[in-house]
Amino acid sequence: MSFPWAKHYTPSTEFGQWMDEKLPLPRFVYNSLGAGYPAPRNLNYMWNFGSLAGIFLVVQIVTGIILAMHYAANADIAFDSVEHIMRDVNSGWMFRYAHANGASFFFMAIYLHIGRGLYYGSYKAPREMIWLLGVVIYLLAMATAFMGYVLPWGQMSFWGAKVITGLFEAIPLVGTPIQELLLGGFAPDNAALNRFFSLHYLLPFMIVGVIILHIWALHIPGSNNPTGVDVKGPQDTVPFHPYYTAKDGWTLGLALIFFSIMLFFMPNFLGHAENYIPANPLSTPANIVPEWYFWPWYAILRAFTVDFLFIPAKLLGVLAMFSAILVWFFLPWLDKSPVRSGGYRPLFKKFFWFGLIPCIAVLGYCGGAHAEEPFVMMSQIATAYYFAHFLIILPLLSSFEKPEPLPNSITEAVTGKPLEQAS
Amino acid sequence: MVRIFGMLIGLFFTGWMLVTFVLGANEYVTNPPVKAVEYQFHLEPKEASFKSDGPLGKFDRQQLQRGFQVYKEVCAACHSLRLVAFRNLEELGYNEDEVKAIAANWPIPTPDIDPATGEMSSRPSLAADKFPKPFANDVAAGAANNNAIPPDLSLITKARHGGAPYIYSLLTGYQDPPAELPESSRPGPGLHYNPYFPNLNLAMASPIAGDDMVSYSDGTAATVDQMAMDVSAFLIWSAEPKLEERHQLGWAVIGFLLIATILAYLSFRTIWADVKAEKKKKEA
Amino acid sequence: MATVETAESAVSEEGGVRRRDFINIAAVSFAGAGAVATVFPLVNQMNPSADVLALASIEVDISAIEEGQSIKTSWRKQPIFIRNLTAPEIAEANAVSLDELRDPETLADRTTAGKENWLITLGVCTHLGCVPLGAAQGEVKGEYGGYFCPCHGSHYDTAARIRKGPAPTNLVVPEHEFLSDTVVKIG
Repeated sequence: MSFPWAKHYTPSTEFGQWMDEKLPLPRFVYNSLGAGYPAPRNLNYMWNFGSLAGIFLVVQIVTGIILAMHYAANADIAFDSVEHIMRDVNSGWMFRYAHANGASFFFMAIYLHIGRGLYYGSYKAPREMIWLLGVVIYLLAMATAFMGYVLPWGQMSFWGAKVITGLFEAIPLVGTPIQELLLGGFAPDNAALNRFFSLHYLLPFMIVGVIILHIWALHIPGSNNPTGVDVKGPQDTVPFHPYYTAKDGWTLGLALIFFSIMLFFMPNFLGHAENYIPANPLSTPANIVPEWYFWPWYAILRAFTVDFLFIPAKLLGVLAMFSAILVWFFLPWLDKSPVRSGGYRPLFKKFFWFGLIPCIAVLGYCGGAHAEEPFVMMSQIATAYYFAHFLIILPLLSSFEKPEPLPNSITEAVTGKPLEQAS
Repeated sequence: MVRIFGMLIGLFFTGWMLVTFVLGANEYVTNPPVKAVEYQFHLEPKEASFKSDGPLGKFDRQQLQRGFQVYKEVCAACHSLRLVAFRNLEELGYNEDEVKAIAANWPIPTPDIDPATGEMSSRPSLAADKFPKPFANDVAAGAANNNAIPPDLSLITKARHGGAPYIYSLLTGYQDPPAELPESSRPGPGLHYNPYFPNLNLAMASPIAGDDMVSYSDGTAATVDQMAMDVSAFLIWSAEPKLEERHQLGWAVIGFLLIATILAYLSFRTIWADVKAEKKKKEA
Repeated sequence: MATVETAESAVSEEGGVRRRDFINIAAVSFAGAGAVATVFPLVNQMNPSADVLALASIEVDISAIEEGQSIKTSWRKQPIFIRNLTAPEIAEANAVSLDELRDPETLADRTTAGKENWLITLGVCTHLGCVPLGAAQGEVKGEYGGYFCPCHGSHYDTAARIRKGPAPTNLVVPEHEFLSDTVVKIG
């Protein structure tokens, strides 16, 4: 779709015309990421993280393909092949560190992107499908990152694989067979490593596929904006190119500077010392923790320490952890407030900034800490709030809340003047 | 429907979490957890700075050579360095012939197949070989060391919390157990007290027992402290041999990105200038 | 088309145009240069790694090779023939007139002065890369007493020069140097 005032693609060269007849790929790009896509003129910097996440996905795919040229997915030599990359392959250390830290930057961008959607109500009608596809992308990215972390076959790789596949053991009756099916054995070994490598290579391309759907779905209603007010006319939009390509471009430079600081000066800051010890099935590291981007979920998993009637605590933890993410799938129907942007919802704003954000921060902190008091108690309070926020507070909020008056249009919000019926 | 089901699920999880919290908090108050003895006596690594620290860090090749000497004469009898090859020593400032001589005269030969008989045998090492291991396998290593397998040192400064300062602290941290240390945490037979080690007692006896265990050819006094620093510096290199390359490339890349980002920012400002101007005009 | 109009009116401001164009072009060229510079390591990582390069030269003990014998060894993952020529073989090689040869080289060109009996060549036929016969005991040595490639019938003489068959050039003599009477360094 497009707004009726969107610029039309007119090939300027003869080759362009020929191409447009045979395969209108340039037209497609022009209409989706170029001047043919009118985007609200008031997007703030929180709207930069979607394209940034996309670019870091490309960084991951490129560095990943290179690493795969030198890596050997065999439990006997996987660890040494990674060290071969670090020591002997030309610039191998750079690709390996870029891939390891690139995952963190990808998730950082994704989280800010999700957070923006949560605050500005980007999940609400008519953008439900964009949001659902985004949650699918996030789930695929989690699976990809988890399997990637297993590949170097260090201590944390091995025990991470063991603990996470051990979650399936909590399922009644079929748990153990499912775990053995996933691992191709009774504990992580060659079979598991090999299939994790295969899937770790495959899933990013599936992510790319879902991203294409995500952007396709985006182009039907067009981008949301900080006011949440629909685009009313041409004065409310600017062409994506050059306005937002330039904006995304310079913030990409900024992001790459931060990325380079991590990559070149503190490449192991986000990693775990234990993963420089080859996998040893006979010795467990003192504190098994996943990468930082899984810490909140890991904290929810570990918060459940007491059985509920016949349901063991372990199964409750697993159910809660999966529910915590699956609840996002229902978000468009849980939050019924007709106002999209949190900026015009005084109560929502309070619950967001003083409830949800601190709750995620506490969960993140506790997920990375040792499983001991007082961290377990802190994560229990935070977990309680997390479910309350999405499943109780948000559904009820719209009944109590008096939204602030919305601007009549984006242009009015930007200029502070009522809309002139120009053009 | 979605909201009703959601609320039921939400009430369940939230409620059960709160119940769990109350039970846990009650337990915490009535029966507070006791910190393990290790926590009371365990020490964080000492402050130790190396030339390779920080974004401008470079290796001190003289120190690396001294550290290599300590590794060779003190550590190598038990600890392998299996990811490092003799040829890598050229990065420490040795020339090709010196490296060949070091490899050929290394006390442990490289295992190989006898070309005449096909039986397992060994030969003097070549520059291209990795450092041979002092023990054929982990079982042999455990059997010779009271079941404590000496860890490989190639990555040790990256594989331990605290990095090189931890290694330095461990090497210089051996002491008699304090009098107030409870009986259960005292070193058993074959163990040695060291407050920098996570569970306080380790199987390795103080490897650098006294001054002048090695004699440095560059005239540096071989004090315990000096030798511990030198071998820690060497182990930083063995774990991260590309550190200098990484730092140098980092400055070049960041410098480039700074200029590119400033240009991109200016470009962004000029492209948006008309939209901003329109906004101002309307405000005026 | 309000925004488009404003964009066009902005362009018409004299002087501003050049500065704007310059900054946009500079920014895009910088990004382009960065992208091009990134391509180098992306491609260079496929070049031989340090551990492969470390095996680029080998030292071979030739003391056990008697006159008339040859050995096959491996260098850079390719076969190497080291042959201790007999006096008649040397004479035979020297007797050939250079005019008769497809790839004219004398035995002296292909061996080290004073060590003419040591013929060191790659065991790779210059036609399509098969390994010629003749280095191991009992193998066919071809019509000219050197090597014979069974794939397409190239015959090499006792100086490993191509004499008959499709191969265009002589067997390649790798760079080598005698470190002592019994040790030769190849590569």
